[in-house]
Amino acid sequence: MTDAMTPSPARAKGEEIIRVCGLKKNFGKLAVLKGIDERVSTGEVLVVIGPSGSGKSTFLRCLNLLEMPTAGKIFFDGFEITDKKGWKRGSLDAHRRDMGMVFQHFNLFPHMTVLENIILAPMKVKGVPRAEAERLARELLDRVGLTEKTDAHPAQLSGGQKQRIAIVRALAMKPKVMLFDEPTSALDPEMVGEVLSVMRDLARDGMTMAVVTHEMRFAREVASRVLFMDEGVILESGTPVEVFGNPKNARTKEFLAKVT
Amino acid sequence: MNFTFLSKYWTYYLIGAKNTILLALLAVVIGVLIGMLLAIGRVGKNRALKFLATAYVEFIRGTPLLVQLFIIYYGLQAIGIRFPDSPIASRILGINFADFMAGVITMGINSGAYVCEIFRAGIQSIDKGQTEAARSLGLSQTRTLVYVVIPQAIRNVLPALGNEFVVVIKESSIVSIIGIADLMYKANTVRGNTFQPFEPLLVAALVYFLLTFPLSKLLARIEKRMREND
Repeated sequence: MTDAMTPSPARAKGEEIIRVCGLKKNFGKLAVLKGIDERVSTGEVLVVIGPSGSGKSTFLRCLNLLEMPTAGKIFFDGFEITDKKGWKRGSLDAHRRDMGMVFQHFNLFPHMTVLENIILAPMKVKGVPRAEAERLARELLDRVGLTEKTDAHPAQLSGGQKQRIAIVRALAMKPKVMLFDEPTSALDPEMVGEVLSVMRDLARDGMTMAVVTHEMRFAREVASRVLFMDEGVILESGTPVEVFGNPKNARTKEFLAKVT
Repeated sequence: MNFTFLSKYWTYYLIGAKNTILLALLAVVIGVLIGMLLAIGRVGKNRALKFLATAYVEFIRGTPLLVQLFIIYYGLQAIGIRFPDSPIASRILGINFADFMAGVITMGINSGAYVCEIFRAGIQSIDKGQTEAARSLGLSQTRTLVYVVIPQAIRNVLPALGNEFVVVIKESSIVSIIGIADLMYKANTVRGNTFQPFEPLLVAALVYFLLTFPLSKLLARIEKRMREND
């Protein structure tokens, strides 16, 4: 395990890092999240599964407030990040830099090289000197096997390579938690494996992760806990063995029968 | 048709074209600066800035350029604001520098409103995912605009921005009314001196076209090259 991949040791493994209380989100009249209560502990790999439109992506996007909750509270690392009073002082940005996010469509910055993509936030947000930011970037690129792409532009990369770079870009901020929003859904099938393998390594190294995915094998093998969501609520929560092996809810059974 | 006046008056057109180009260049620089600030105001979250920027754009677009020119030229003098005169600049231009600046500033203020709309469209054309990715890394809204959105937006709006330059060259003919010796003013002088009302205007039209046409062609080439690079 390299230094770069090591999550912040500020909190001991198993300690609560995210707590969600009564989270609700409406888009206009449509209630997407209807009251979610959940906790995530350090080192945990939480995998959220469920049918399309179940609210699982919205749930994930609420965790770093890319979507503003309609009601409810979210605590991260001991602070209530939904408390608007702190935002003016930049608390929102401060919380976000400790929470990496990987998107379905990668969202690399197309006008920058791979290296520039990775060092932008460490330099501009944390004030890391360029040499040090580049050193960390190269170390991370080496970890995901993309050293030769350091000076390439995103347009020259395959989908799988883009997503691995996007993961590296998030890791370069040394986040305490990594959020993955359907990281393999936009990939050609032959590239899914390379991205999942990076995520697997990350989980093995003890990174706290929340992953929304349709990859049931990944959920089964890597998750420490699986959540099944449907129609804006969490219907089932448990270890992969519990949820996949012996689902209690009828809708979980129905969903798993369709996808596995 | 009689174009023999050209042998005597061709330098008039040269001087006029020079002043037109100078005026348009300065106006575009001012217009881009104003337009960029306004665009940031319009896409930003601050409501007061958004209102001010929108009001500016709507007012400028909703009133004639000629009225704006008179307001700046006569109005500012009436309330005691006078552009500083510079004898050296006046000598180079062959006209009063203070008058010239009234023309430049009017054109710049006017162009700023249109440039704002060009930039706004450019900023809004950038995928939302870009902003989300930047914000998720902890970049503030301003830094997201400066490092991620605007650099991409500028690439997208370069063609429209170049087109605005062409428009400013043409529209600037209106400043001849306040006595700035641009191409149009010089053409009118030739008309008066030669008692020929028509032919000097044809020559002026041709010179305007010779200014704008190569520029449009150049822009088309830049645009094509940019598309190839994507």
